[in-house]
Parts: sequence; structure tokens; C-alpha cells
Amino acid sequence: MSATATYTREEMMAVEAARRLADGTVCFVGIGLPSLAANLARHTHAPGCVLIYESGTIGAKPTELPLSIGDGELAETADAVVSVPEMFAYWLQGGRIDVGFLGAAQIDRHGNLNSTVIGPYDRPKVRLPGGGGAPEIATSCRDVFVMLKQSPRTFVERLDFRTSVGERVRVVVTDVGILERRDGELTLTRVHPGVTAEEAQAATGWDLAVADDLVETEPPTRDELLALRSLRTKGDS
Amino acid sequence: MFASLRDAVEELVRDGDTVALEGFTHLIPYAAGHEIVRQGRRDLTLVRMTPDLIYDQLIGMGCARKLVFSWGGNPGVGSLHRLRDAVEREWPQRLELEEHSHAGMAAAYAAGAANLPFGVLRGYRGTDLKPPATIACPFTGEELAAVRAHRPDVGIVHAQRADREGNIQLWGIVGVQKETVLASARSLVTVEEIVEELDPRPGAVVIPHWVVDAVALAPRGAYPSYAHGYYERDNEFYILWDEISRDRDAFRAWMEEHVLQTVAA
Repeated sequence: MSATATYTREEMMAVEAARRLADGTVCFVGIGLPSLAANLARHTHAPGCVLIYESGTIGAKPTELPLSIGDGELAETADAVVSVPEMFAYWLQGGRIDVGFLGAAQIDRHGNLNSTVIGPYDRPKVRLPGGGGAPEIATSCRDVFVMLKQSPRTFVERLDFRTSVGERVRVVVTDVGILERRDGELTLTRVHPGVTAEEAQAATGWDLAVADDLVETEPPTRDELLALRSLRTKGDS
Repeated sequence: MFASLRDAVEELVRDGDTVALEGFTHLIPYAAGHEIVRQGRRDLTLVRMTPDLIYDQLIGMGCARKLVFSWGGNPGVGSLHRLRDAVEREWPQRLELEEHSHAGMAAAYAAGAANLPFGVLRGYRGTDLKPPATIACPFTGEELAAVRAHRPDVGIVHAQRADREGNIQLWGIVGVQKETVLASARSLVTVEEIVEELDPRPGAVVIPHWVVDAVALAPRGAYPSYAHGYYERDNEFYILWDEISRDRDAFRAWMEEHVLQTVAA
């Protein structure tokens, strides 16, 4: 299995996240990279992967990637569409979700996330959109996957605000590698091809734990890249 | 029951009211929001799970003193610049925030619809969001989050259709619209069309006319969001709004031309 084509770091992220979704996994997905990863899994090794978008669509099977979690195609292709109170009460709180995806503006070494503000809450330097479903996704899904680009501004020693708690964050997929929880702390277990552990440390705002068995990620295969690139986002020309 | 959008807003929405214009990415009541802007309502407490462009417009036009919400962004695009300007620089005025999680907001609406004083959920654990309150389960002792019920003065939603009696039918992503109508003291529903009979649609929610105060015909009233079966979401406009709304003058000029200088259908 050889990687012949070039690929972007975002594509590496989507491919690596997709690989970690077993067939039949029930995923709570947001827009952007998580949606890309979950749809890629569904189009490759995990056709039975169940995609749930918080707008109420259960078992959505979009052919184009949605721009918003409420795009019409999600409802048209879903097995069921439920109300928002039902989504959060019966399905998320009800413990029906295997993997919840989250992103954030900041993450700390324990996987706690900030998607609320940069700066003090009452006088923010940047008011971000806020947590949305994150506080309960973080505590009700069996496992939480985080997808984030890694930089010292994002991977911080101290969050400005804790939007969601990190205890169920199992894996963080970044543009430089993979962090997994070991002894309660996010530990670098993989680096993407061409990236060194030193570069990963330089992209991290805390003293990064590196696994003794650090390995390099398998680059995307030709089939993975083809499947990924056939998924287009609505609005792309 | 049936009224023009202008008359319905004039009758039902008052300065200082708590108003929920709901729609979870679908059937967002833009036309009704624009009418509120045109009528120059002030000091509103705006409630919504996902305040997006229409709330950005209401906030930027100075209609709101407080926002009760759980996610305030431009879906798939980024930030709401008018919301940011209000929070970060108090333009055009100070905006008080009451911030929840989606699960908390949904529980608060459901409690309001059920005429309960609060909703209960396993939520807000480990977050810096101010936990609304906690309550011990009387059976197991488990500590749970409690959120005060949403009881807006006015609930406004958009739906695909009404029949001649004013019974409402909506389908596709149904969001939290039924709860909004039932939790509110007064309610206004705008619709794409009025039909003789509501033939069944898969997954449709029907809201009987006798829980709705006013129904107003507003074709394309959810544009630039969408009405399932009628028109699609204008994703291009959501992307364009990012540019329009960054600049105060560009924003005011756009509102002047596209909202203030127009009249409700």
C-alpha cells in the first residue's frame, strides 16, 4: 500500500479520524472536519456508521457535505428526524451515542475545551459562538474525538474558559499528529509523515508528553483520497 | 387569527418583551424578524438556541437588551459580527448575555411547554457556564441540573403551511418550534402558504389553531434559510453576510436598503 498522491494536512486529519470509526459506530457529528471524517468512514470501511447531526437527523446519508447542520439533504436522507428536545434528551442524554466529535478554540492537556471566549468572560477580547451542544456531548457520549489544528495559541496551558470537560476525550486528531489519553493526560502517540516530535512540541503550549512507542501515521491511501475528494461541500463550485 | 405580518407584529410584540423567534437551522422566521426591526421595537430580551443572522440584525439595529442563547454563530461560516460588536464594544448598546448549553435550552423550552417551573437534565457538568441550579433526584439522590422554564411573552415560528382554520403544519427539521409556541404567552406563526386541507406529510408536526394567536402569510419568509419542500438554503448569502456584517456602515446600509426601505408581504 503506497501513497502516490500528495495530500493536505486537513485531508490527513479527516482520513486518520475516519480510520478510528468502526463500522456501526453511532457518531454525533458537527460541521466541517468531523462531518468530513464521518462521511469518509461511511464511504470506505464503515458503511454502517450512523451519522447523527444535532439538528435532529438520525442516520443521515448526505451525498454532498452540508454547509450547516440543518441542510435539507440531511433530513431527506435520514432514517428519522426528531425534535431538538428529543435529540438532546432521548438520544444524547439517553446514552445512545458512541462517539461525539468536538472542535474548539482552545484545548488543555486534559482535553478540556474552550469554545466560548478569548479573554475574560465579561470583557472578552473575542466573543466566540459558544458551546452549543458541547457541554453535554462531552459528558454523555461514550468517547469524545477532538479535531483541531495544533498551535501554541490553541493548545494552551490554561484555558480562558472551560466550555466542556475533558474526561471522555479519548483522541485528539491534529494537523501534526495524534494525541491520546494516557494516565489522564493527552500524550503524543503518532506524528503525521514528515513531522517530528520536536515540531509537535513547538506547536503545543504545554510540556507535551510523548509516548515511548511514538509511531508515524500511515499516509492516506489512494482509495481514501479518492473517496475523500468525491465528497464535496455544498456551495463549492 | 389571520393577520398581515405588520398587524400581527404590531399587536403581539411590545417594547421590553421577551421574544423567542425559533428555528433550528431550518424555517428561521426572517420575515417576522425584519418586521420587528421595521417597527423599531426596543429593549427586547431575545431567546433562541442558535441565534444566527436574523438575531445579528436585530442586535445590530438596537432592538435587544439581552440575549438568552446557547450557540451564536453563522453556521458553517464563523462568527456573528454584530453580536461580537455588541458584546466586545457595546455597539450599538450593551447586550446582556444569559448563556446555556443546547441541552439546557431544549429542556427549558420543554418545561415551558409542559407548564412546569423548571426543566431537569444531566447537564452543565464541569463547564464554566454558570450552572443554572441543581436539584437532587428524590428517588436516587443523584444531583441533576435544573433550568428555569422558558416562558416567552411572544413565540414566533415559521412553518410551511396553514389551513383555512389556522392549523399549522411543518416538516423536515422541526427543531424546537412546537415547544416555543406552547411555552409562550402569545404566539405568531408565519407560513409559506395557506391551503384548503393539510394532507399528511411524513414526520410533520401539526400545531392546532387554538394554541396560536396569529397566522400571517409570508411567502419565502424563512429566506435566506430554507423551507423544506419550497426553497433551499441560500448558502451563498450566509457566506456574504460575513462580509456585510463586519463593518458597521456596510451593515447599516444593507439593513436600510433591504429591510427598512421594504414592506412586509
